[in-house]
Amino acid sequence: MFPASRYSSKAHRCIRALKTIQTDHAAPQLYTTLHRRTCSSVTTPRITTHYTIHPREKDSRWEGVEMERFADEADVVIVGGGPAGLSAAIRLKQLANEQEKELRVCLVEKASQIGAHILSGACLEPTALDELFPDWKERGAPLNTPVTEDVFSILTEKYRIPVPILPGLPMANHGNYIVRLGNFVRWLGEQAEELGVELYPGYAAAEVLFHEDGSVKGIATNDVGIAKDGSPKDVFERGMELHAKVTLFGEGCHGHLAKQLYKQFNLRENCEPQTYAIGLKEVWTIDEKKWRPGRVEHSVGWPLNRNTYGGSFLYHLNEGEPLVALGLVVGLDYSNPYLSPFREFQRWKHHPSVAPTLEGGTRIAYGARALNEGGLQSIPKLTFPGGMLIGCSPGFMNVPKIKGTHTAMKSGMLAAEAIFPKVTAESVDSETAGLHVPEYADSLKNSWIWKELYAVRNIRPSFHNYFGLYGGMVYTGIFYWIFRGKEPWTLKHCGLDAHQLKPAKDCTPIEYPKPDGKISFDLLSSVALSGTNHEGDQPAHLTLRDDSVPVGQNLAIFDGPEQRFCPAGVYEYVPLETGDGMRLQINAQNCVHCKTCDIKDPSQNINWVVPEGGGGPAYNGM
Amino acid sequence: MSGRVLVGVKRVIDYAVKIRVKPDNSSVVTDGVKHSMNPFCEIAVEEAVKLKEKKLIKEVVAVSCGPQQAQETIRTALAMGADRGIHVEVTGKDYETLGPLQVSKIMAALAKKEDAQLVILGKQAIDDDCNQTGQMTAALLDWPQGTFASEVSFDGDKIKVVREIDGGLETIKIKTPAVVTADLRLNTPRYATLPNIMKAKKKKIANVKPADLGVDLTSRLEVVRVDEPPQRQAGVKVETVDDLVGKLKEAGTV
Repeated sequence: MFPASRYSSKAHRCIRALKTIQTDHAAPQLYTTLHRRTCSSVTTPRITTHYTIHPREKDSRWEGVEMERFADEADVVIVGGGPAGLSAAIRLKQLANEQEKELRVCLVEKASQIGAHILSGACLEPTALDELFPDWKERGAPLNTPVTEDVFSILTEKYRIPVPILPGLPMANHGNYIVRLGNFVRWLGEQAEELGVELYPGYAAAEVLFHEDGSVKGIATNDVGIAKDGSPKDVFERGMELHAKVTLFGEGCHGHLAKQLYKQFNLRENCEPQTYAIGLKEVWTIDEKKWRPGRVEHSVGWPLNRNTYGGSFLYHLNEGEPLVALGLVVGLDYSNPYLSPFREFQRWKHHPSVAPTLEGGTRIAYGARALNEGGLQSIPKLTFPGGMLIGCSPGFMNVPKIKGTHTAMKSGMLAAEAIFPKVTAESVDSETAGLHVPEYADSLKNSWIWKELYAVRNIRPSFHNYFGLYGGMVYTGIFYWIFRGKEPWTLKHCGLDAHQLKPAKDCTPIEYPKPDGKISFDLLSSVALSGTNHEGDQPAHLTLRDDSVPVGQNLAIFDGPEQRFCPAGVYEYVPLETGDGMRLQINAQNCVHCKTCDIKDPSQNINWVVPEGGGGPAYNGM
Repeated sequence: MSGRVLVGVKRVIDYAVKIRVKPDNSSVVTDGVKHSMNPFCEIAVEEAVKLKEKKLIKEVVAVSCGPQQAQETIRTALAMGADRGIHVEVTGKDYETLGPLQVSKIMAALAKKEDAQLVILGKQAIDDDCNQTGQMTAALLDWPQGTFASEVSFDGDKIKVVREIDGGLETIKIKTPAVVTADLRLNTPRYATLPNIMKAKKKKIANVKPADLGVDLTSRLEVVRVDEPPQRQAGVKVETVDDLVGKLKEAGTV
């Protein structure tokens, strides 16, 4: 049985009181002596030491530490070096060069090099790229694999039912390219640097800065040199402030600064909450005989049941060696807390239609990332004084096509075109110190992004019916393929993904097969392949608002789903060193920055913040 | 004395990345893989910058040998506090066979050219683990060497080096000019923060070719084959001592 929370109200008050007392000891231990002295029978070990939960102003260890920050001015600051951020930077510089205007564009990216945190299938639709660089082929863009074969199937445990891809269905891929998005983004980074964009990989934007009037002033990068227990080390240095007239936030799906901005500027009051999925991916070198470059395979069905949204992909790349990129996407609105997306992915690979391709091959990469599924209904207000949201952060993914790169790039380009006249003008009439550019949202609503997302807006929500997957497919067939999404109604989603979990006692545990070490693998060896690492002596960046909630609620009611949905083994419930009961251990060094925990935590207690820049996965062409 | 210190920095595959051998077993995959400054080189740069902050030396020059990307590593050293950089351009086949002998010839030539008082290097690189460059450089220059340094201090015109050796710690005094190689406990390197990276863009990195220094890069070694370490086999449990002896006899080891 689960070690359910047995805290008396007295103990609760004790724990609350202890939280406001900051320990003077710099000893990096989980149990503070203060806890042991005053509260002998109940031990909630201190888990979270990050300054976003325990402010440094009230911490005696930080007295007298110099907290001034060096500040610099740019015209535009972009947070995030992904397709959206880089496209915006490139477009700004293209316009500046055309019109012979000076423009300082600075881009900060938390990965150690541009492309290292990028993970996607991916089948790129080149529409946005054609607009950004009509001569992309001459410039050497790594679009080496045009799609030659397109296969869609419904899987059952033993069989594969082929589904014809009629032209006009969202998953038809004619004219698209299979890319290694990390390499494509790296190429975009090189183009940006050539145009004069200042790229700063290895520096994470940790804080949004505000003017006196409440508009966004810019960002501050992360501080370095804070020890695991939250105290300053000898090498402590403050981050740097980058001020800008407009700040573009392109942090990708579920960005942590965007989360703050939603609250600050009430950007989500007229839209539905965003819904998500987790995508797990591996890259394999396979036997040459099995290699069919340009082949795109998608499937739905097994191993997911009809009420769990998701599906698989397997793409044969054409880049010299016989490589395939494959993975599984699982909707995060699943209800069974015993579901483990990682283990579903591992067992899917054993399906008779997949395993033969992988036999004799070697796995060379692994990674995972959350992606948006909300579509049009979940797009928030995009602009606010001093800044705007671009790319997957607000979320422009076309869910049935499972493509979001082209819309992300286009949103970045539209943002650049909207702000360019304002940031290069001699003088601008602005109510606020940070410029507000609502023209960006208007041009986006009039662009092909909106038309595309409008047409597919009902497909994902149509899965919320008794027949689940099959109901959704029927709906897609009728209303998308025949009526092109012109039906007058817009279906709703079901609310926050975090609230969809049923209590563990109402669900059956899933028996997953053991990994065989040849086709399926265990979690830790997979995480090692992602190359992820963080400086060990820093506060865990997976912060808990309340340290007692994991054992008290997540473990007690849902049997600790975070142990299962985290694709990197960050969360573990381990027995306490003394006495009965469990405690949550956070292995922050394993984190691959997928953001799933922040999304799916049923208590919404986990707040992912950015760790020291340069940490995280070291994806190579994922 | 010129008060100039030369620090060698090497760009290596990041220590956390899983290494993959190329399918043709010729070498290791480096394309697109995350690289960073060799951890021991970071310690070397930190020591040089500390000496400059203590006003014991006047200028820190960061040197790296390799292709275009080596400049990123030099920039990191500049952001940590080095004054200027020298990029010795080595590309293609020459770069594949670049080893301690060639690098030490380059460092020796540069040390003479720059009239360096001190050369500080990391004790070894984490990709080849050679632990030879510092020693070879000292030999080529006929300079004293203080290797595996865990503490460096100036004592008049000599340098006192506390060395980490198998038996414990050894303290030696060497005359300058000298070569010192940094071990793990010498210091904790500072972070290269963003304002310093921005300032580093303005610092000079000179471009030099090995031929200009009169260095011959031919390698005396040929890499025949690169393989992954063999998979660890599961052990065999035995019930009794006799079983153990029996198995050992079977394996021909007893």
